[in-house]
Amino acid sequence: MSSHELKTGPLEYRTEEGRLSILGFWIFLGAEIVLFATLFATYAVLFGRTADAPSPGELFEAKTVLIMTFMLLTSSFTCGIAIHEMRRGSVKGLRNWMIVTLILGLGFLGFEIYEFVHYSHEGATLQSSAYWSSFFTLAGTHGLHVTLGIGWVILLLIQLTQRGLTPKTSRKFFVIGLYWHFLDVVWIFIFTSVYLIGMVV
Amino acid sequence: MQLDEFFVTGEPLIYAGMVSIALVTISMLFFLTYYKKWGWLWREWLTTVDHKKIGIMYILSALAMLFRGGVDAMMMRTQLAFPNMNFLNAQHYDEIFTTHGTVMIIFMAMPFLIGLMNFVVPLQIGARDVAFPYLNALSFWSFLFGAMLFNISFVIGGSPDAGWTSYTPLAGAAMSPGPGQNFYLLGLQLSGIGTLATGINFMVTILKMRAPKMRMFQMPIFTWSTLITSFIIVFAFPILTVALALMTLDRIFGAQFFTLTGEGMPMMWANLFWMWGHPEVYIVILPAFGIFSEVISAFARKQLFGYKAMVWAIILIAGLSFLVWVHHFFTMGAGAFVNSVFSISTMLIAVPTGVKIFNWLGTLYKSKINNTVAMMWALAFIPSFVIGGVTGVMLGMASADYQFHNTYFLVAHFHYVLIAGTVFACFSGLVFWYPKMFGHKLNERLGKWSFWFFVIGFHVCFFPQYFVGLDGMPRRVFTIIPEWMPLNIISTVGAFGMGVGFAIFVFAILYSYRYSEREKTGDSWDNGRTLEWATPTPVPFYNFATLPHIDSQDAYVKLKQEGKTTFEEDEVEPIHMPSNTGQPFIMMAFMFVSGFGLVFEWMWMAIGGLLAVLVMMIIRSFDYDEGFHVEVDEIKRTERSARRL
Amino acid sequence: MTTHNKRIPTQHIVGFIVSITLTLVAAWAALQSDLSVRWIIIGIMALAIIQAGIQLFMFMHVVEPESQGGHVPWNMMFHGGVLATILVAGSLFTMSFGFTHDHDGDGHNQQQQQEEHNENEGSTENSSH
Repeated sequence: MSSHELKTGPLEYRTEEGRLSILGFWIFLGAEIVLFATLFATYAVLFGRTADAPSPGELFEAKTVLIMTFMLLTSSFTCGIAIHEMRRGSVKGLRNWMIVTLILGLGFLGFEIYEFVHYSHEGATLQSSAYWSSFFTLAGTHGLHVTLGIGWVILLLIQLTQRGLTPKTSRKFFVIGLYWHFLDVVWIFIFTSVYLIGMVV
Repeated sequence: MQLDEFFVTGEPLIYAGMVSIALVTISMLFFLTYYKKWGWLWREWLTTVDHKKIGIMYILSALAMLFRGGVDAMMMRTQLAFPNMNFLNAQHYDEIFTTHGTVMIIFMAMPFLIGLMNFVVPLQIGARDVAFPYLNALSFWSFLFGAMLFNISFVIGGSPDAGWTSYTPLAGAAMSPGPGQNFYLLGLQLSGIGTLATGINFMVTILKMRAPKMRMFQMPIFTWSTLITSFIIVFAFPILTVALALMTLDRIFGAQFFTLTGEGMPMMWANLFWMWGHPEVYIVILPAFGIFSEVISAFARKQLFGYKAMVWAIILIAGLSFLVWVHHFFTMGAGAFVNSVFSISTMLIAVPTGVKIFNWLGTLYKSKINNTVAMMWALAFIPSFVIGGVTGVMLGMASADYQFHNTYFLVAHFHYVLIAGTVFACFSGLVFWYPKMFGHKLNERLGKWSFWFFVIGFHVCFFPQYFVGLDGMPRRVFTIIPEWMPLNIISTVGAFGMGVGFAIFVFAILYSYRYSEREKTGDSWDNGRTLEWATPTPVPFYNFATLPHIDSQDAYVKLKQEGKTTFEEDEVEPIHMPSNTGQPFIMMAFMFVSGFGLVFEWMWMAIGGLLAVLVMMIIRSFDYDEGFHVEVDEIKRTERSARRL
Repeated sequence: MTTHNKRIPTQHIVGFIVSITLTLVAAWAALQSDLSVRWIIIGIMALAIIQAGIQLFMFMHVVEPESQGGHVPWNMMFHGGVLATILVAGSLFTMSFGFTHDHDGDGHNQQQQQEEHNENEGSTENSSH
């Protein structure tokens, strides 16, 4: 509970509160790994159980998935740049790169919604079989995380205009940076083990 | 929906329950209004972020849940005493064993231990609160509202009846329609959020907020067990979250995970449930081990024997706990190879557990034992738990398990480990730290009566169940055949003995509140070894006026030798503390509304509640409250009066 | 400290280029190459793990000095990975008894058998109801 503030180092690490929050968030990410791993495990066990619904190989489109992947990879990169700018003390750099990240995230979501609607027209829905239940839940949980992340970034951008760069706002941006990169890591695994393997097998 | 579908009707016992709930609620409202206590309730308790008050609220709620689960247990034992009893019908019996199991594990054992952790751990490591006090309040309210959501199923909508493990397909929408099972899913989901947050909170607290210079291997053993337990919570609870969410999707949104249609896989539920469920067993037993270690070393007046071995044993148990889950469903038929692997990993757990038993015996060896009530619970634990452990190894042999599975042998086993381990530890810990919490001790004489009733009752109740299990009595049957009657009668007598023990314990709380001598020093038992006893009683809300430098295990022993205290007048500085807030309470109340809506599949209510929760989160995000500082004068005044200087 | 004030974020740019390349290699291996299915799966999963490592080290700075060398973050990520492996491999190990991923031939039959098997298990588990 000490409120002593360090004079050097990145803003987000200067207060005790900042250090504790960042550490807590890393631990939370550990829990998130397990959360997604459980969904992956369910997906893996239920793989191939498509019942009367179409198989994933018939529905997955390499082009759409690659576009989505590149959008998310790029957004992770721009998010990293935003945090880099923040550490250089540039409010403008942080804001602009964060907005780019936001737009790429929205683009990703748009493609994902399009994809889900498309699949459901082809007869693959949450209700159609065990495989498709696990597919929509896994990809949907990731999509939900992205959606929450976008809402969160918007809130933080408002706070940035209100308060500028303080230890507290920097800590919040740093944490959402970690969150965003983490979602990218999860997507890499979804891209590989769901889409690529689904198209191969 | 008709009103008579909404409320449970047609059962005299449930009508009696409704009446008593209504009476208790009305009398509570009356007293709060009559004595003008609403403001006090809101300011001091509902909005508090103080880890000590949150801990006390956890413990009180857990005691209430112990009462509820205990009544369930005695109703089951009454029904099973004689063949063809007509006390409970099959449906009602199914509901009661389901709620008994769920309430005892999720809403009694865990909150009780988390309550003790909340109260004790920051004091033991010399911290002024946990790392995230706001989150801590959120955890508590999520647990309480989750527990309430689960418990109202008893009068509204009907209780779940598929067992606390809720195996599919029985628990699926096809075979268990209606809201009952949804109460299980959402009640657990809601309280699970809080448990995960508690895990994160305590990990950060213990890793980062220890007193100056206190190294990891100088932490009290209860703090160690809390750290490892938190680690297990962080890695195990997300599995439960997902499993519950998947079954919710199945039941409410028509997904096909665990169904018999659409190529779903019912046993995948069992797999996920026990991937969480086995670590969960260690979540409720490791803190218990920690409590016993503290109590034994305090009343044997010795340093704990083999401290490092103890810590490594806890770590090893935690690691192994993630590798044994299949032993809960050996009979699924995964094949000899799979079963052998898990059989061996299961038996491995006996090794570190055995190490711990010898640590406790080594501590007791050639020591001068203070025979207090807390110590008696700890001493009763060792032999009782060994019986439970040994029968656990028997169950761990996959081939033998085909005989034991789903019989009363199993029931006896897990009650021997959970009651002799966790429940004894809860009593022991509560008696031990009671003076620190409430400023007076529990009456020792009444404590001993309650101890003997409970412990003897426990053995009388559960020891015969091993044998009736070997005679072939399956678990979860609502009626018995004449051959099983003698042992079942003995068992029922024992269960009521435990009930008497619990009643005496509650009476001791009321009696001591009136008649016990008030504490004058902080070191209530005169031989406290760890830092919590260095604080004055009652503990000031900031815990420590000055933080001692720690350079040894059993920090308080060293402080006493050096004549130091946690109030070095010339070193006092202003202390930064977090402000109270009603947000956690309100946020979780909305979560409750949302969960209730989802139980009855009223989507407008579920979505409305969730939106309200989101709004609360946004409010929190824009809340830049920095807390406040306690000034030096106030600290000195508080300390002088608390220490009677 | 100096690394944070650099104008050009070299680490990020390198990380980005490598991750794009790895993605393209994985896509090529899966969609265009003549490798057998088994090797494709092993190969692209390995690439995914490398990419996750790049995100962790190049973007998330898991071991930066400000978080005390990232002792705890690294620990959490490592154990998270271990748990993920246990969950996925363990579930496949225990739950894939008696059936194969055979999409063309008699696999469906076997799956049905397995369904029945599950059903039986489910009911014995709860036989007392």
